[in-house]
Amino acid sequence: MSAIKIKLRENDLKQLKEVCESFNNDPGELINVLHKAQGIFGYLPAEVQEVVAQELKVPVAKVYGVVTFYSFFTMVPRGKYPISVCTGTACYVRGAEKVLDEFKRILKVPVGETTSDGKFSIAGLRCVGACGLAPVVLVGDKTYGRVAPDGVKEILKEYEDK
Amino acid sequence: MHLLVCGGTGCHASASNQLLENLKQEVADKDLAGEIQVISTGCFGFCEKGPIVKIIPDNTFYTEVKPDDATEIVQEHVIKGRQVKRLLYTDPVKKTVISESKDMGFYKKQLRIALRNCGFINPEDIDEYIAADGYIALGNVLTEMSPEEATKVMIDSGLRGRGGGGFPTGVKWDIARKVESGQKYVVCNADEGDPGAFMDRSILEGDPHSVIEAMAINGYCIGADKGLVYIRAEYPLAIERLKIALDQAREYGLLGEDIFGTGFNFDIEIRYGAGAFVCGEETALIHSMEGHRGEPTFKPPFPAQSGYLGKPTNVNNVETFANIPVIYNKGAKWFASIGTEKSKGTKVFALAGKINNVGLIEVPMGTTLREVIFEIGGGIKDGKKFKAVQTGGPSGGCLTEKHLDTPIDFDNLLESGSMMGSGGMIVMDEDDCMVSVARFYLDFTVEESCGKCTPCRVGNKRLYELLEVISKGNGTHAELDKLRNLSEVIKDTSLCGLGQTSPNPVLSTMDNFWDEYLTHIEDKRCPAGQCKDLIRYEVIEENCVGCTACARNCPVNCISGERKEIHYIDQSLCIKCGACFDKCKFNAISVS
Repeated sequence: MSAIKIKLRENDLKQLKEVCESFNNDPGELINVLHKAQGIFGYLPAEVQEVVAQELKVPVAKVYGVVTFYSFFTMVPRGKYPISVCTGTACYVRGAEKVLDEFKRILKVPVGETTSDGKFSIAGLRCVGACGLAPVVLVGDKTYGRVAPDGVKEILKEYEDK
Repeated sequence: MHLLVCGGTGCHASASNQLLENLKQEVADKDLAGEIQVISTGCFGFCEKGPIVKIIPDNTFYTEVKPDDATEIVQEHVIKGRQVKRLLYTDPVKKTVISESKDMGFYKKQLRIALRNCGFINPEDIDEYIAADGYIALGNVLTEMSPEEATKVMIDSGLRGRGGGGFPTGVKWDIARKVESGQKYVVCNADEGDPGAFMDRSILEGDPHSVIEAMAINGYCIGADKGLVYIRAEYPLAIERLKIALDQAREYGLLGEDIFGTGFNFDIEIRYGAGAFVCGEETALIHSMEGHRGEPTFKPPFPAQSGYLGKPTNVNNVETFANIPVIYNKGAKWFASIGTEKSKGTKVFALAGKINNVGLIEVPMGTTLREVIFEIGGGIKDGKKFKAVQTGGPSGGCLTEKHLDTPIDFDNLLESGSMMGSGGMIVMDEDDCMVSVARFYLDFTVEESCGKCTPCRVGNKRLYELLEVISKGNGTHAELDKLRNLSEVIKDTSLCGLGQTSPNPVLSTMDNFWDEYLTHIEDKRCPAGQCKDLIRYEVIEENCVGCTACARNCPVNCISGERKEIHYIDQSLCIKCGACFDKCKFNAISVS
């Protein structure tokens, strides 16, 4: 698990415990609890997992096992503007890989990581179902369709001064 | 008059929401709100040309409508009765303007059963579903049939599971029905993980009640009073519409206790997936719903014997459920009359890739690939040459020219070395390298393998590495032999469907594109120009006019040259992104 220890804020901690309670601390609801927890913290650091394990009375290893199994859960904080490049097949054959390469090249971070200023993170994403617009890029909730590698700079520019 | 605006995810991404608001505003401004209804519907399927607006009753079908077009549509069409010509669809081949969807090549050969209400009703209004014969099937089943009789209708219809396996739905229900237990469950698998397939999502977004109705019928047949929908958390719009539909169904007494006064109780809960392809496998899905890692277990016991929380459970996917209410309304015989001998009914395909009409289509089983690709799909983009069509997603294979006239059904696709899968259909043209495509799918499988069994966890990784060696130009015949042997071993020894099918993309591309593999290892060349390590971009001196377009677009500034002089590419710096090739208007860049 992550080496940096973070301290959970009192308020967030209370909220997290309330979430567990709303699911009756039922271990069968672990995935639903983690969904809500990620909603509160934006990611699932070790400290959050420890609290969830304690509340649901399951080993931390079990929680960690579930968190790392599913791609929706992340243990690294996402950037302020999370970039997701669709890597579904339709986008792939229409050149998504080159678009992804261009984001990596300009931002100088690999997939799954966040830029040092915390502004952008890059992720691959499995099919958003907008295959008519392939290749598709999402920045936060905003969708960009038919993105070409030379359009990447333009997209990033929109967020530069924000 | 009704203005139907597509509210599917694809059109949403092209601002159909804003368009809907603008149309509503425009209608209100003109004091027409009493007569003109503006409705957000589910997916029309024609995603390539979205956002779509359809006008009822004259059936005018507007394509690629922008939010700013709202004024003109209301002013011209609604008020003056004149079609807005520039928004009509133009046939890409005949260049004729077509105003009604039924005359378009894209819709002509389609038969919409599972998608019958998508793009037709407002998914957020239960009354519209009821007006379209909704919940009649449930009423009839509950009041007039015994569970056994109702199950028999499913068996007679010949409906096979649309999630990939193709197991006869009625038989599955019958097995679950016969198991004795105080508690049983009905599960709807809405964890659509196949990249490039989006039919389940579109059905839930466009017609959620049909799934709810079918689940209730299923519950009655097998003796379950509880249903669960396992849905991907990545589908926010589908989740929202499903929640609305569930609330409305409860309010109308179509879910809950004593439905139709028959003493039958049934209710549905939503469970969220968290992104794992393997959870499409039913045992893995059940473990995930129980809060565990979504790892599959050996069958038997089948979920029908011991499923969710150890109780008998019937799992079907969204598209399968969506077919069911119509089967009861029109009869098993009617359904069995559509399709081929062993595959009845229709199948929804997500048509995507290098094709003119990307979208969601539904055709009778037995339609040929040629009809789907060239008539409905409108042929290959940019007039390029058809090379392959990939069906069945990461578990399927690539089919070629010689398979184009094969009627599509479960068995024919299997025989051709691919499979139906959930219905993804990706079309590829001459610019696609088959080694890269195989590598792309293996990359997916490696990431999605749950890691429980060794052949899948380790074997697929090795397959991926072998493909990487070949695409770097370092392969020999020994690698090709290993590829085939290892593929066979993984197929034979993996625990679940994921591993048993994951080598299919490799095997089918080797079978159908053997020459392309040979070119990669013998000539160290990638004929499609996709494998970066095997290509170089060069300036063709006699064609270069010195327009500087390549140099300006090169992301690494490795192209030098003055205006109106021949340019040069510094090979040591070139990252082979192909930007220069794409931007050159004078055919002065070559790929070799």
